[in-house]
Amino acid sequence: MAEFRMPSLGSDMQEGTLLEWRVKPGDRVRRRDIIAVVDTDKAAIEIEVFEEGIVEEILVQPGEKVPVGTVLAIIRTEGEAGVVTAKGAKAAAEAALPAGGVIETMEEMAGRATPEKRIPPGEAPAAAAAPAAPPTAGRIKVSPYARRLAAERSIDLSVLKGTGPAGAIRAADVESAAGIAPAGPPVEAPPAPLEEKPPIAPREKAPPPPVSPTAEKPAVKDYQAAMRRAIAAAMARSNREIPHYYLQTRIDMSRTLRWLESENQKRSIKDRILPVVPLIKAVAMALTEVPELNGYWIDDRHQPQEAIHIGFAIALRQGGLITPAILNADLKSVDELMEALRDLVTRARSGGLRSSELTDATVTITSLGDLGVETVYGVIYPPQVALVGFGKTMEQPWAENGMLAVRPVLTATLAADHRATDGHRGAQFLDAMNRYLQEPSKL
Amino acid sequence: MTNGVETLRKVTYREAVREAIREAMQKDTRVFLMGEDVGHYGGCFAVSKGLLEEFGPERIRDTPLSESGFVGAGIGAALGGMRPIVEIMTVNFSLLAADQIINNAAVYLHMSGGLFNVPLVIRSATGGGRQVGAQHSRSLEGWFAHIPGIKVLSPATVEDARGMLWTALEDPDPVLIFENSGLYNMEGMLPAGAGAVDIDRARVRREGKDITLISYSASLFKSLDAAEILSREGIEAEVIDLRSLRPLDEKTFLDSVAKTHRALVVDEGWRTGSLAAEISARIMEGAFYELDAPVERLCSAEVPMPYAKHLEEAALPQVDKIVDLARKMVKADG
Amino acid sequence: MNEEQIQQVVFKILKGIAPESEPSSLAPDENLRRALDIDSFDALNFFIRIHEQLGVNIPEADYGELNTLSEIVRYLASRVNVVDSTSPR
Repeated sequence: MAEFRMPSLGSDMQEGTLLEWRVKPGDRVRRRDIIAVVDTDKAAIEIEVFEEGIVEEILVQPGEKVPVGTVLAIIRTEGEAGVVTAKGAKAAAEAALPAGGVIETMEEMAGRATPEKRIPPGEAPAAAAAPAAPPTAGRIKVSPYARRLAAERSIDLSVLKGTGPAGAIRAADVESAAGIAPAGPPVEAPPAPLEEKPPIAPREKAPPPPVSPTAEKPAVKDYQAAMRRAIAAAMARSNREIPHYYLQTRIDMSRTLRWLESENQKRSIKDRILPVVPLIKAVAMALTEVPELNGYWIDDRHQPQEAIHIGFAIALRQGGLITPAILNADLKSVDELMEALRDLVTRARSGGLRSSELTDATVTITSLGDLGVETVYGVIYPPQVALVGFGKTMEQPWAENGMLAVRPVLTATLAADHRATDGHRGAQFLDAMNRYLQEPSKL
Repeated sequence: MTNGVETLRKVTYREAVREAIREAMQKDTRVFLMGEDVGHYGGCFAVSKGLLEEFGPERIRDTPLSESGFVGAGIGAALGGMRPIVEIMTVNFSLLAADQIINNAAVYLHMSGGLFNVPLVIRSATGGGRQVGAQHSRSLEGWFAHIPGIKVLSPATVEDARGMLWTALEDPDPVLIFENSGLYNMEGMLPAGAGAVDIDRARVRREGKDITLISYSASLFKSLDAAEILSREGIEAEVIDLRSLRPLDEKTFLDSVAKTHRALVVDEGWRTGSLAAEISARIMEGAFYELDAPVERLCSAEVPMPYAKHLEEAALPQVDKIVDLARKMVKADG
Repeated sequence: MNEEQIQQVVFKILKGIAPESEPSSLAPDENLRRALDIDSFDALNFFIRIHEQLGVNIPEADYGELNTLSEIVRYLASRVNVVDSTSPR
């Protein structure tokens, strides 16, 4: 049996609301199928499954908010002893359901999962108040050392996502949780006298959400406040933990823009390339030359990554931002990058991002040029080690070979983690990027 | 090592053992060497070459092909006040002397109510990897480490090859020294004044913080090579040389596990009922709450050692297997 | 297609891009990018939809002169009927 758990879609996510199931018990699922939609505090995200098998049981119903790591569904993996046909699994699941074939209440669910101690209806809230024991018999696998560390630091193991074999929680998982939420109460919204109850009510007080198969998606909630808090947690951690250094350079964009203009003349509107695309490609290519900037700082260790997944900061109209990843950006052509970017921006704004797109970024680009900003001094998104910022390309006096000219000039900045790299490498990166932008046809 | 480069000299493991024997013969007239082909032939592995000429046939004694006989004679000589060094050509032939070692040497002190110590040293080559077939490639030192009443040593470095013998001879009880035959040609640096070393402590041969590789003898160098490769990937492995297989210096490896939280035992013996199993159990008993991953073992494949070179290499623990396993243990989602 | 009809199409497209806004309340000479917080992606999508729905292919060089509602409607009106007088869909 495989457990399909509430994923962590970013170092700042602690819980998520299940919005919708795309599968039902008995359905066959394949690796990378999207089987559920989860609302983080930032957006509605489509969640992929990483097992092959048959959905055995669904444990969390739409509308429920559960901690990261909670088992959402059980998947019977292929080749497991006693594999049943899809039909059989469905029949079995139906047999387990109360008359009518639907789960009406939390009590029924709790009662079904633990028949030996059925919870009286009056105590349902108490049952719901124990997220440490998701309604499954599966026990949490924790290494002895991790268990000891968690006890010392008062960390609730049930909210952790294990990265060890078979999802076992290891010391590193406890330590990274300790980094995000040091001992004490979870991060709360800053006290604001006029603010009403925070949208994330403390768990122990949360009443069981109304659950029925016909229930609407959860009531529209205050995205902005929740997203603000999520951003606050990540950015506060960044500023607290990451010793940033900043480098800045001015880049003559005339060659790139000329090339882009001639390229776009050949294209119909929908195939046109936005100026930010060659910038993304130049970043990706420069990272292949300076790979130290592409990766993470985790467990007091620099962990450069081979694949270059560029997180692109996308501002949302309702406020806040989200940084989905353009996967393997260095391997994509300019056209493929444009396509990927358009697709990401569209889905980010309509809420259709995949979980892997939200968690895989190895570096981030933020471009504020649309608004006329000249220079961006970025805040690194942990655990990444670098962020590249672009301002607006604007005409400026430019001296070259003893001549003064007017050129379109872009100010590019690099914010980098001084634990992972030093200014010299950062400078090499900006220099490489500039070089690529002077030979745009090679991008 | 602290005396500076000029006082170091390069010697082979074989030369280091020979020097140790020579020094013992010179220092103590009760010491003598006996075994198959140790005299005129100079030793099956050429360890005792030249010693017959130097010390004469009374003290460098060739024996008949009878392990049971000459090990028994060694026990008798030790009981009679001598300090014999008995060479059993390889551990494979020690089985012929198992009764003498286990039923006599190991228990005399006990059976005599504490009256008779047996100050006997047995040297023997061990290990596989030289294409000499299944009956000549065993690593049975772990078996002897099972027996109370004897000490079992496993020198890996030239310094230990040079220094363990004298300390073993000074021990009032039987000591078995297993020399991996693949190490005899290995060169190492020895301080000019190298001499006796302790025989009861393990050593940390490389410091690290992410995983502990526990090994001995030839596997030590495979583990060190693996640690070097792992280090390039950002994994810092601590490498422990057990040196003494009985008694086990468990404090050294338990302390290391308390630091790294992961342990991989590399042992050329077979896995089932092995020394590696013993070490794994000790870690479970003594450092359970320090473990962040299950203890793993890398042992020889449980087959009679194949003769074919590629099959023999596949059967023995190798550097790439150590690296793979260590990486899996340290990295997420292993 | 008259200017009124073109304006309705433009409103609909803008509404799709900036759902929280009310394009019909815009002043004719207000800067759209600023008023509706439209970035380069939104702008590109806007031009793509214009092309899809009105059949007008606006060259990149003309983007600069299309900043307000009145500019856009006037620009489109001068081209839409020429390009396609049958069903634009």
